[in-house]
Amino acid sequence: MAEPKNTDVLFDPVFKNNPIALQVLGICSALAVTTRLDKAIVMSLAVIFVVACSNAAVAALRHYIPTSIRIIVQMTIISSLVILVDLFLQAFIPKIADELSVFVGLIITNCIVMGRAEGFAMKNGPLVSFLDGIGNGLGYSVILLVVGFFRELFGSGTLLGYTIFPLVGDGGWYVRNGIMLTPPSAFFIIGLFIWALRTWKPDQIETE
Amino acid sequence: MLEHHLSIFFTAIFEENLALAFFLGMCTFLAVSKTVKTAVGLGGAVILIQTITVTVNCVIYQYLLKENALNWTGISSLQGTDLRFLGLISYIGTIAAMVQILEMALDRFYPPLYNALGIFLPLITVNCAILGGTLFMVERDYTPLEALNFGFSGGLGWAMAICALAGIREKLKYSDIPAGLRGLGITFITVGLMAMAFMAFAGIDI
Repeated sequence: MAEPKNTDVLFDPVFKNNPIALQVLGICSALAVTTRLDKAIVMSLAVIFVVACSNAAVAALRHYIPTSIRIIVQMTIISSLVILVDLFLQAFIPKIADELSVFVGLIITNCIVMGRAEGFAMKNGPLVSFLDGIGNGLGYSVILLVVGFFRELFGSGTLLGYTIFPLVGDGGWYVRNGIMLTPPSAFFIIGLFIWALRTWKPDQIETE
Repeated sequence: MLEHHLSIFFTAIFEENLALAFFLGMCTFLAVSKTVKTAVGLGGAVILIQTITVTVNCVIYQYLLKENALNWTGISSLQGTDLRFLGLISYIGTIAAMVQILEMALDRFYPPLYNALGIFLPLITVNCAILGGTLFMVERDYTPLEALNFGFSGGLGWAMAICALAGIREKLKYSDIPAGLRGLGITFITVGLMAMAFMAFAGIDI
């Protein structure tokens, strides 16, 4: 197998091989946390940290993990990291941690983390796996941030809590679009995002 | 008492559907919903595992991990312990173990069901709906009986959602969709529309 180039490993997952849009991984916890941009940013950072560190740890241990119990070993590494993130968030930004509620814990079963540990880190060295983790975390973040951006902007007329569109209720002109704050809007935005991405890069179109 | 349980049951199926209101288990939800037959198999496996793991994890949480949970042992050095930080790792351990045990038990005692569920059983370990159900149980502080009810109804709601989506996707094969939207894109939008329909159940009070 040809040695993958570090820059490719880092940037390919962002648009070319996006974990959410192409690999259908990690959508689970992604959507519910995107009603506001700040929640999406915190969630992205948490996921980048967990994927990168778990990838590096699994890669470093890959010659010592017996194949038959590798899933359990990976799970243990990942859940230890998630507990770290969970305690960190609760200690330093308890308000956002409260709103994220169960979704921080759900990073454990985020298929991106498992998928990268199983599909990449078990076959490559720690450094390149670490970069792969950051790259896939970034690919996940791009979608999260786009969705969070539109949902907060059109749903509440604000970005990161600052008013962009003054609401009618406060004497402005913008009537808030309530559907943006509800679950279905996240699906529509991701669906349209995939459409845009595949129009830009036609080789990703499914030929079914 | 009965009313309370009915309320948990219907809320978990309709108002707070794990798939359509909380987006849990989406990876498998989108990947395994191409035909109704596989969707039914996966749905059955989820109901089974969800019911067992939520109940077991509830017992673990209430009698081992929660603050002051170990008081029932009567050992003075264990009074007032708080092991909640071990929560995540024990829940996922329980889930992985339960899936493994169930797989072996089914294989041994009831092969037809084992063959029907096939590869879906191991896949379920990483289904967020299962861990999500457990975490909601912890957050809402259910008793073991409530947890049994919630686990079953949550799993049932998820199974119904995936069967409905599979039905729609089978029909979608005959429609002419713009190239870039084919496959994943249109599935997302379909799920969005389904979730909107399910929102009509919000606010129903039993």
